[in-house]
Amino acid sequence: MLSCYRVLDLTDEKGFLCGRALGDLGADVIKIEKPGGDPSRSRGPFYHDIPDPEKSLYWFAFNANKRGITLDIETADGREIFKKLVKTADVVVESFAPGYMDKLGLGYPVLNEINPRIITTSISGFGQEGPYRDYNDRDIAVWALSGFMYLMGEPDRPPLAPSYPHAHLIGAMYGAVGTMVALCHCQVTGCGQQVDASSHRGLVFTTSTETHTPWALTRTFPTRRGRNRWPVATKDGMVYLPSLWECKDGGVVFTMRLGFGSAESNTALVEGMKKDGIDPGVLGRWDWKTMDWSNYSAEDAKEVAEAFKKFFLKHTKAELLKLALEKEIQLTPLLLPKDQLKFPQLVERDFWIEVMHPELGTNITYPGGFAKFTEAECGIRFRAPLIGEHNDEVYKKELGLSTEELVALKQRRVI
Amino acid sequence: MEKRPFEGVNVLDLTWAGAGPFTTNFLGYYGATIIRVESASRPDPVRGGAGIYSKENDHRLERSPTFAHTHPVKKLDIGLNLKHPKAIDIFKRLVAWADVIVENWTTGAIERMGLDYNELKKIKPSIILHRTNGYGHTGPMASQPGMGQTITAITGLHGIAGWPDRHSVPLFHSYTDTVSPLLGGLVLIAAIDYQRRTGKGQCIDFSQVEAGINYMSPVILDYTVNKRELALTGNKCAYAAPHGAYRCKGNDRWVAIGVFTDEEWNAFCKVIENPAWTKDARFSTLSNRVENSDELDRLVEGWTINFTAEQVMAMMQAAGVSAGVVANAQDAELDPQLKYYDFFHELDHPYLGKLNFYHPPGFKLSGATAEVARHPFLGEHNEYICTQILGMPDEEFVQLTQEGVLE
Repeated sequence: MLSCYRVLDLTDEKGFLCGRALGDLGADVIKIEKPGGDPSRSRGPFYHDIPDPEKSLYWFAFNANKRGITLDIETADGREIFKKLVKTADVVVESFAPGYMDKLGLGYPVLNEINPRIITTSISGFGQEGPYRDYNDRDIAVWALSGFMYLMGEPDRPPLAPSYPHAHLIGAMYGAVGTMVALCHCQVTGCGQQVDASSHRGLVFTTSTETHTPWALTRTFPTRRGRNRWPVATKDGMVYLPSLWECKDGGVVFTMRLGFGSAESNTALVEGMKKDGIDPGVLGRWDWKTMDWSNYSAEDAKEVAEAFKKFFLKHTKAELLKLALEKEIQLTPLLLPKDQLKFPQLVERDFWIEVMHPELGTNITYPGGFAKFTEAECGIRFRAPLIGEHNDEVYKKELGLSTEELVALKQRRVI
Repeated sequence: MEKRPFEGVNVLDLTWAGAGPFTTNFLGYYGATIIRVESASRPDPVRGGAGIYSKENDHRLERSPTFAHTHPVKKLDIGLNLKHPKAIDIFKRLVAWADVIVENWTTGAIERMGLDYNELKKIKPSIILHRTNGYGHTGPMASQPGMGQTITAITGLHGIAGWPDRHSVPLFHSYTDTVSPLLGGLVLIAAIDYQRRTGKGQCIDFSQVEAGINYMSPVILDYTVNKRELALTGNKCAYAAPHGAYRCKGNDRWVAIGVFTDEEWNAFCKVIENPAWTKDARFSTLSNRVENSDELDRLVEGWTINFTAEQVMAMMQAAGVSAGVVANAQDAELDPQLKYYDFFHELDHPYLGKLNFYHPPGFKLSGATAEVARHPFLGEHNEYICTQILGMPDEEFVQLTQEGVLE
């Protein structure tokens, strides 16, 4: 669908996903690495735990669908080659420290002169402007300032960041959406522009309904409550019920829905409790059609939570999912990768795909495309590039450099 | 006037709750004309969120601050009673007007109206139909209703934060509602771009579970290749120490610090004025610091506790060390960086008053401003949509209102 567009991808791990997502939709994405390979190739996990720049699973995951060339844009020759590539490109994506491209003489005004339709997308923790522009934007600092950490964790422990750090994936995706808006805009105006995406703003938006909405209205903000993150308004005020519950063999998510259509599913749960010999307490007397939480006290809410807790602990994830599917209950198991790979809905939709890695002599199972189209394919077409894998293809065939010129550039460590 | 990115793009927005509106909002920020179709008998459940904050009963469906948050862009709103036989005709006229239809109902809902993609194409051959729901539109769970909370569990994103000795905790209870629309918005805009270039529409089957799992790719590959499940590590990081949240002066005040390289470690030591323990062999290399991080965390906190979180952040960042205040909602409101980007944009709302939580998206374009606006009221633009957009005679509009087709 986007095969008419070429993207030059200068990003490090902060911005990989932007080019990957555009590549999944068909764009020709050229990943430009420093000679010797991008330092992010040293990020794990690794294939069979062998730390090798050609075996980083993190690199594989977010650089599939990209061709790869090496180029040192800090050298004068490298810059000239980069400028030649910009002539035929539509987008340049970068995630350097703000201002770095300008310092190299490759800022937007320069690139715009070479190609007036060029879009430059900058991905950073805090943005290209403003008082935090030069802040060191490690994942944990971005989570903290975005408001997530204050909410995440246990009341008796420090605020928590995810064990799988991914703040910059959010910034990278805002970069991808911004790029796509700019490409659409270019069709109307014929002009390129700059996209300034930040993980900080992206994450503030993400947590906003839980933090900033109550703050804007009532000048209160929630703090760490473990898994109790689901607010219900009882007649005594707000009570927080669990978003995640323990069951026999793991976790389930369940939220008690009220209002139209939910009476049947809730009744089914109450019946289940009775069958297990659990006293449903106030739930047994609940009039699902007309009552909502405001008819009940904070004490009632606790009783309700206690009844559910007992019920879930008696059953496995599979049993509870079966019941949920039969009765349209808003309950799902918390899945781990091993469960996901067998999950019937994903299997039946052919979500998982096998990607060939000839150098490793094997196929690897990857998550598939994030959408299905009647007009296009979405998903991985080919694995992430090896270091300099497409140098010949791009430099010789497209830029017309001779073998001698390439050798000379290699000797000067430009490529 | 400058041309807007989505100028001339007509969008019929059938979405409700979270993930759907967050998808169409990208079009609203940048100049598309969006008509939201709603029904008073079955309004957007987020409109019902007023009860959490307000006991006022008048205009109850217009008092939900959460709804104001899910719709911070200009949308026109028609209240259409889809159960009324005459409503289908109006709906079809809206389809003929539209370039794009976006819906996030459960699979089968538009089919039951007799309006699947093939039928819609007969009305408008170039139509884009973007369908987003929890599980996708084929497969055994296609018609299972999905909510952000339950979808997030399937993606595994509810299992990635926690202490090694405790259960995982949610990042945000409806995390996929806000992160899957980034992929959903991307494919929608790509389809619009394609439609402009080729004149062709298409049907998009978007599953929030599948989008969510794409964010987890490295975790999935670690399992498919190495058979390793993600371990919960609290705030520890294999590549950095100190790495965590440290208590500061004040009540429940914390700063997050992450020190990765030797260069950052040296700068960190300088900021805390090189106490003797920083020279200890246990902290001499990154791997030693990681190995002895419990002791290191204790020593770091012994220093941070003497300062406010803001002071620590400023001192560390001035030296190039990554640090951030563990911000609560009040901190975020006062955050100078967010102020710089006008991220808490203030708008007046007739029932909620002045509120400063109308957000632009997480990116800024140099060539187009993101326009934020208050959400539309249910049926607010019935007359305008019928008479101006559909070109209906006034009498017909009045009659449809009297007959209860319009709400």
